[in-house]
Amino acid sequence: MADRPEPAAWSDRIMEPLAAPLVAVAATLVLFGAFMALAGHNPLEVYRLMGVGAFGSWFSCQNTLQRAAPLLLTALCTALPARMGLVIIGGEGAFVIGGLAAMAAGLPLVDAGLPPLVIQAVMALAGMAAGGALIATAGALRHWRGVNETISSLLLSSIAIAVMNQLVEGVMRDPTSLNKPSTRALPDPDMLGTMPGMDVHVGLAAGLVVCVATWLLMTRTTFGFAVRLVGGNLRAARLVGLPVGPMIVIVTALAGACAGLAGMVEVAAVQARANANIVAGYGVSGILVAFLARQNPLAVIPVAVILGGIGASGGLLQRRLDLPDAVVLVLQGILFVALLAGEGLPRWSEFRARIVR
Amino acid sequence: MSATAPAGALSIEVAAMSKHFGALTALDAVSLRVRSGTVHALLGENGAGKSTLVKCIMGFYHADQGDLMVDGHVVEVRNPRDAARLGIGMVYQHFTLVPSMTVLENLVMARADVPAVIDWRAERARLNRFLDTMPFRVALDTPVSGLAAGEKQKAEILKQLYLDARFLILDEPTSVLTPQEADEILGLVRGMAAAGRLTILIITHKFREVLAYADVVTVLRRGRLAGGGAVGALSVDQMAALMIGDDRVAAVTERTMSGTGPGAVRLAITDLAVADADGMPAVRGVSLTVRAGEIVGIAGVSGNGQSELVEVLAGQRPASAGTVVVEGEVYRGRRAETQRHHLALLPEEPLRNACVGRMSVADNMAFRQFDRAPYAKGFWLSQAVIRAAARDLITRYRVKTPSPDTPIASLSGGNVQRAVLGRELGGIVHILVAANPVFGLDFAAVADIHAQIVAARNRGAAVLLVSEDLDELLELSDRILVMSEGHIVHETPIASADRTAIGRAMAGH
Ligand SMILES: Nc1ncnc2c1ncn2[C@@H]1O[C@H](COP(=O)(O)OP(=O)(O)OP(=O)(O)O)[C@@H](O)[C@H]1O
Ligand SMILES: [Mg+2]
Repeated sequence: MADRPEPAAWSDRIMEPLAAPLVAVAATLVLFGAFMALAGHNPLEVYRLMGVGAFGSWFSCQNTLQRAAPLLLTALCTALPARMGLVIIGGEGAFVIGGLAAMAAGLPLVDAGLPPLVIQAVMALAGMAAGGALIATAGALRHWRGVNETISSLLLSSIAIAVMNQLVEGVMRDPTSLNKPSTRALPDPDMLGTMPGMDVHVGLAAGLVVCVATWLLMTRTTFGFAVRLVGGNLRAARLVGLPVGPMIVIVTALAGACAGLAGMVEVAAVQARANANIVAGYGVSGILVAFLARQNPLAVIPVAVILGGIGASGGLLQRRLDLPDAVVLVLQGILFVALLAGEGLPRWSEFRARIVR
Repeated sequence: MSATAPAGALSIEVAAMSKHFGALTALDAVSLRVRSGTVHALLGENGAGKSTLVKCIMGFYHADQGDLMVDGHVVEVRNPRDAARLGIGMVYQHFTLVPSMTVLENLVMARADVPAVIDWRAERARLNRFLDTMPFRVALDTPVSGLAAGEKQKAEILKQLYLDARFLILDEPTSVLTPQEADEILGLVRGMAAAGRLTILIITHKFREVLAYADVVTVLRRGRLAGGGAVGALSVDQMAALMIGDDRVAAVTERTMSGTGPGAVRLAITDLAVADADGMPAVRGVSLTVRAGEIVGIAGVSGNGQSELVEVLAGQRPASAGTVVVEGEVYRGRRAETQRHHLALLPEEPLRNACVGRMSVADNMAFRQFDRAPYAKGFWLSQAVIRAAARDLITRYRVKTPSPDTPIASLSGGNVQRAVLGRELGGIVHILVAANPVFGLDFAAVADIHAQIVAARNRGAAVLLVSEDLDELLELSDRILVMSEGHIVHETPIASADRTAIGRAMAGH
């Protein structure tokens, strides 16, 4: 009888998750190429330069990885709740509030003269707690008050950024920061170091470890199984007695903690202080990374590197072709729209079935 | 025959149609001839391929091989819109009308040629003219959500006729209806077929309906044509044999009496009040007890608070007042409690209430146990154990699935039900709550599931059985309660149960 197991064709298993993002990328290349041609540039030359700018030399590779590092973590802020069926887009706010909280917790310890490792550990915890609390609020509002989590996470994000500006211009302001209000700076010895053999800060390693760990959590543990159950059918989850509300809070807190950690890395490894500079769009780009990676924490890694590369190539485009820096944002924007439009396309296996017959 | 069908009932012929889903052959060179103006029944076990066949006719699925002929001409139906253009319409098992819109709005919006600006007065007049030619009517201005199940089904059928369907496919149209409603609707469409207005192809699991309303019957078995013929020429036993081949039907399990009668109280509900989705009281002060080794049946017309009662026991809805005590402890639907007290639940519509459609059959079967050994090793989950346990349950409960890794949503309705049954009854059971557990199942599966429920009772489980099917309750229960407008209005031990008294209580007298 038909009781044979049905191993999906290998091409299906590989193509199913890849098809939609690949179509989106191809469409984006065509659209952005047309945009460049209209602006009077040879699209092929633009893409070649972008490749060079992102991966052409050891220096540009490091630049790419440096930009990819925060994206690894901010992408998880969207990707983890997505496993539960929640669409969270407040990564930017969690990133910013995480950086701010890290400074607020770290500076008094610097004054107390504690060793760098202790200071950094406390800063990381503070950043994670603040980012986690912000996104967990969106999760809790969703569960207990029925507030749409997408909108509330976006609004909470704006509030977080406003709070940062308020504090940086007020109580936390370093009186010597004149034209750009900032907190006091983290002294050099207390800053996060670089990874061995390269000029990229340890935030990259942290991002990689967290991506792999959350992937294991979501795919290999009982908790991840329960998360899929809740995300797949709330009624069934209730029927088998799962604590739906607490689980939503835990997952959204974890998601916010990832973005908060990225914010801590930003202040402790790059900026040294919290100011308007940390609202740099890493949280927003993280949403794009998460969607391109189909909300899979492991796939976040290569996608973050590619997007980091796009960002890194902006400088070269500016120098060689005299294009404005914002041109890579145009590329990102087109990619995002193409990706969302692609969600409605038929699944790969259906598509293949149609062209084969 | 077609000469006697002036108003244009269509005839349809399917020639050697095949359909594969991956490695699974859902239809294997099936041929079928439905003459115009007849009522043609399609029988078959759960998963036999009945829905697949009609979905191929409707253009929902694309057959891999085979032809479709309408009135003798080969046609190509690429999607349901093509089918509608040819005059083929289908009423699905679940309702497809928009609940918040009125019947009038639903019918007008369903037309292929809805104008951008709708002249409601003209539409109403046009619809009224149409309804005058119909043997039955539905109130045009009632929102669909306010209609009873039978009225909704009538509105679905009217919608198809309004769209000029001359060949009407009904996929298990009666599983949500009471027998009276089913008789009324089938009688109506049968009359229209006899008048030559349309041809009916009906999928059903109920022999009674086949005998009473169909002219011809075709039986599918595992994707193949098993046989068929004129209804008068086949006995029920012959049809059953065609359906299941050499498989055996579970024998009726007798309710055995332990010497002492029912045991200790396992489930005690006291003064329970529950609000429905709109916040209106649905259950108003229900108290009942279920003892070990007894089946307590709850009868009632649907919509009298039964589903809300079950939802509270399933942890899907909070109670607004009252208590549920399970084996002497207050019960709130938490996971630890269901595990400690071995509480099993068979809710209605299992795909909506008890499964995650896109997760595999194996995963779905592990929902109760995945966080305990041997499934869980500490924090980690063992996919190997999940799959091995599922294989065992799939064999024991005869779930027809291509593999344990198939997404459960692609199983046929009856097999989803069996998978959930296996999960809930596969281990130790102290308390079982079942709601309409055999809706939409073939007769062999019904016998099987009834036998499993009685066996659980005989092993000492306390069973609360909620059903809209009085025959089922009379067959299985030790005690019957009747629920009406949120109250228990009648109670009787099975020995003295009286159909008319129960029926009267159900009707609220
Ligand atoms: N979309 C699909 N993908 C994969 N398999 C499918 C799909 N639809 C149906 N099947 C399989 O095809 C077989 C026939 O299913 P079908 O729904 O036609 O059964 P049925 O006769 O209507 O049964 P039931 O009485 O339970 O409704 C089943 O084994 C089912 O698992
Ligand atoms: Mg079916």
